[in-house]
Amino acid sequence: MDLTLQVWRQPSPTAEGKFVTYEAKDISPDASFLEMLDVVNEQLTEQGEQPIHFEHDCREGICGSCGMMINGVAHGPAGGTATCQLHMRHFKHGDHIRVEPWRARAFPIIKDLIVDRSPLDLIIQAGGFISVNTGSAIEANALLVPKAVQDRSMDAAACIQCGACVAQCPNGAAQLFTSAKVSHLGLLPQGQPERYERVVRMVEIMEEHFGSCTMYGECEAVCPKEISIDFIAMMNRDYLAAKFKNRKSEANG
Amino acid sequence: MALDSRIPPGPIDKKWANAKAHYKLVNPANKRKYDVIVVGAGLAGAAAAASMAELGYNVQCFVYHDSPRRAHSIAAQGGINAAKNYQNDGDSIYRLFYDTVKGGDYRSREANVYRLAELSVDIIDQAVAQGVPFAREYGGVLENRSFGGVQVSRTFYARGQTGQQLLLGAFQALERQISLGRVKMYPRHEMLDVVLVEGQAKGIVTRDLVIGAISSYAADAVVLATGGYANVFYLSTNAKASNTTAIWRAYRRGAYFANPCFTQIHPTCIPQSGDYQSKLTLMSESLRNDGRIWVPKKAGDKRRPDEIPESERDYYLERKYPSFGNLAPRDIASRCAKEVCDEGRGVGPGGRGVYLDFADAIQRLGRKVIEERYGNLFEMYQDITAEDPYAVPMRIYPAPHYTMGGLWVDYNLMSSIPGLYVGGEANFSDHGANRLGASALMQGLADGYFVLPVTVGDYLAGQLGKKITADRPEFKQTRAEVEQRISKLVSAKGKRSVDSFHRELGNIMWEFCGMARSADGLKKAIGDIRALREQYWRDVRVLGTNEEPNQALERAGRVADFFELAELMCIDALDREESAGGHFRVEHQTAEGEAQRDDENFLYVSAWQFTGDDRKPVLHKEPLVYEEAKLATRSYK
Repeated sequence: MDLTLQVWRQPSPTAEGKFVTYEAKDISPDASFLEMLDVVNEQLTEQGEQPIHFEHDCREGICGSCGMMINGVAHGPAGGTATCQLHMRHFKHGDHIRVEPWRARAFPIIKDLIVDRSPLDLIIQAGGFISVNTGSAIEANALLVPKAVQDRSMDAAACIQCGACVAQCPNGAAQLFTSAKVSHLGLLPQGQPERYERVVRMVEIMEEHFGSCTMYGECEAVCPKEISIDFIAMMNRDYLAAKFKNRKSEANG
Repeated sequence: MALDSRIPPGPIDKKWANAKAHYKLVNPANKRKYDVIVVGAGLAGAAAAASMAELGYNVQCFVYHDSPRRAHSIAAQGGINAAKNYQNDGDSIYRLFYDTVKGGDYRSREANVYRLAELSVDIIDQAVAQGVPFAREYGGVLENRSFGGVQVSRTFYARGQTGQQLLLGAFQALERQISLGRVKMYPRHEMLDVVLVEGQAKGIVTRDLVIGAISSYAADAVVLATGGYANVFYLSTNAKASNTTAIWRAYRRGAYFANPCFTQIHPTCIPQSGDYQSKLTLMSESLRNDGRIWVPKKAGDKRRPDEIPESERDYYLERKYPSFGNLAPRDIASRCAKEVCDEGRGVGPGGRGVYLDFADAIQRLGRKVIEERYGNLFEMYQDITAEDPYAVPMRIYPAPHYTMGGLWVDYNLMSSIPGLYVGGEANFSDHGANRLGASALMQGLADGYFVLPVTVGDYLAGQLGKKITADRPEFKQTRAEVEQRISKLVSAKGKRSVDSFHRELGNIMWEFCGMARSADGLKKAIGDIRALREQYWRDVRVLGTNEEPNQALERAGRVADFFELAELMCIDALDREESAGGHFRVEHQTAEGEAQRDDENFLYVSAWQFTGDDRKPVLHKEPLVYEEAKLATRSYK
């Protein structure tokens, strides 16, 4: 199939960006979206124009490197898939496709479709872990975890930190990402000792860098791992509970 | 230099305990005086960086990704082995050790493998404590499944995302140390050389992938955990950026490269669909637990799979290996797939594919159970191929997946350069000529959590008061060499893209150094690689400059190193006049077409020493001594 692309080109963080039109010719419906861009990039290189820069690595939908707005939708029209697993059979001959980087204040553009997502790591650094040094673990089966709890925790842990939730959110909020990590750890018995301290620290760093959640729900709609917005409710409940607990412990001296 | 593997004395089950009892220790108050560089933050790198920081060392960790959580360990699907014997099915540390040595076709170092099996149980404990959500039974205990090449169920898994969850455990431990100020993280920094001072590794040179700055960093020891080199084949299951540069640069500085020709071609990948293809996707080997592999009996049979009656199907693994059947080890399963396709019995476009059929399993267990076990894999397959594997059999074909070869290391994981340690897939030590499924995660984490933190300490203890800073001339010199190489690439002004060269190199390697290798083919490959490499430096086109994000330049440097590595792989494959594991020399096979090892002449590790561009590398042999495992022809019949 032949396609017309409008791609955001921006040589550096400070340079002005613009849409540039490219023709993608003779694209196989079995190619992935990124393979389609590879084909365009080979043409550009041949013509002496710098290839379109985009982040990607595993191309199996698990590393979370890739991501772009495709016709205004994070990771494109297929739903439940990262850009690398979006295949061209979801488009048809003659389509016009607009390709942009993640748009969010917290994610400044580095070049073309590459953005800086490092604030997401700051949220993990604030408390997205269980404090256990190597060597001090107990025997694994000494701790029983109900299967349902484990499954729920795994649903949250599937997050690939791609940033689509932030990019799609009209407020640029990172609630879905943060709540996935809070819930993954907060649901498990291993995560209980730090549960309330963790949620407070993570939420506060999140609020420093990202917008506020007003429950649009667009994050859930574009999440390549289909992480449920219910986790946001879970995080809010824990956050509130933590605030009460803190007040109580402060009052008790 | 003679190779000293530094295997500790004593019976095999006491060696690691003996070693630990005698390693030198660093006084807790002195640990903060030491700097350790860790390159790479996959399972081995992140685990090592976090664990060494927990001990009190100052760690600097470098990754080319935007975040340490993106390392390719994240893509491992199936699981991680551990000798917990939770299933009461006769498993033990000894059995895991033995299976791994046998699976590696008796080309791994026995003492290392035993240690790996010993540590496997601690890894599971550590991962669970970190919150890794492994699959569980209804009673709340951990669940296991079986995997290729063994007859017990010892594989722990987290849906089809085991690598992701284990990496997140290590990543979270690393992020915790970053927040405590004990690890300084350098994302988007690619290591381009190692700096030697008086023969010891004392630092690295990196390129900042955003602004192009070439900088050097000094430390008391350097750990490379930079993964494998299967992307030398261009099409592989590896992530696009996975490359050999870090270990190749170390090789050029004097670290020996061991068994470069030992590469693993994984049997269950989605076949190539077109020329635009950028990578091949693995379908977890766990699928072979319930899927049955077959092709039509007749060559050229173009009927749809459901039109081919049972009597006209050849379940060739079940036929040839009745006791292991579809769970035969990877090297054997891959070679058999190639064989039936070479006979014209392959299926799908181009005839390079075999069926992996779940119809029987769905009938026996119900669709729901299959969904629970493999749901995400089936979805991925459908995303890629637009075929529904619940209704039509999957089509699979082997693809390069893992490299058992890597930098030579001693028992302590130190390379032949003092102070340079190598962990995970980047070293050669534990898998011999073939890696068993669910063993890569085990090795990466054993190295990172439990081996490197103590063995690096042993070296550091002797370095007190020998601090080196990056203003030494050796750093300036290495930096200048890196800059020179980059400017050569940027100024080549040729006509062909980096990828076009990489594809061509990949084709040569797949054809002549892939699943079947011959002396004539390998000789031809060496000539072809040299000619192409010469053309590369003349005719490669890298647009833009060094001083900006430049993905073509990043790739150009990596591909340049792949060219050199490819030649060494062929030299090694040519030199090893036997078949072992994934290394199949057509001249050395039994009457039934099975690999024929030559223990009399090749019971050693080939460790190659760089001697200069366009000069033949020097071969050093580390003899393999088997005291526990009895050398035998592998049989999976």
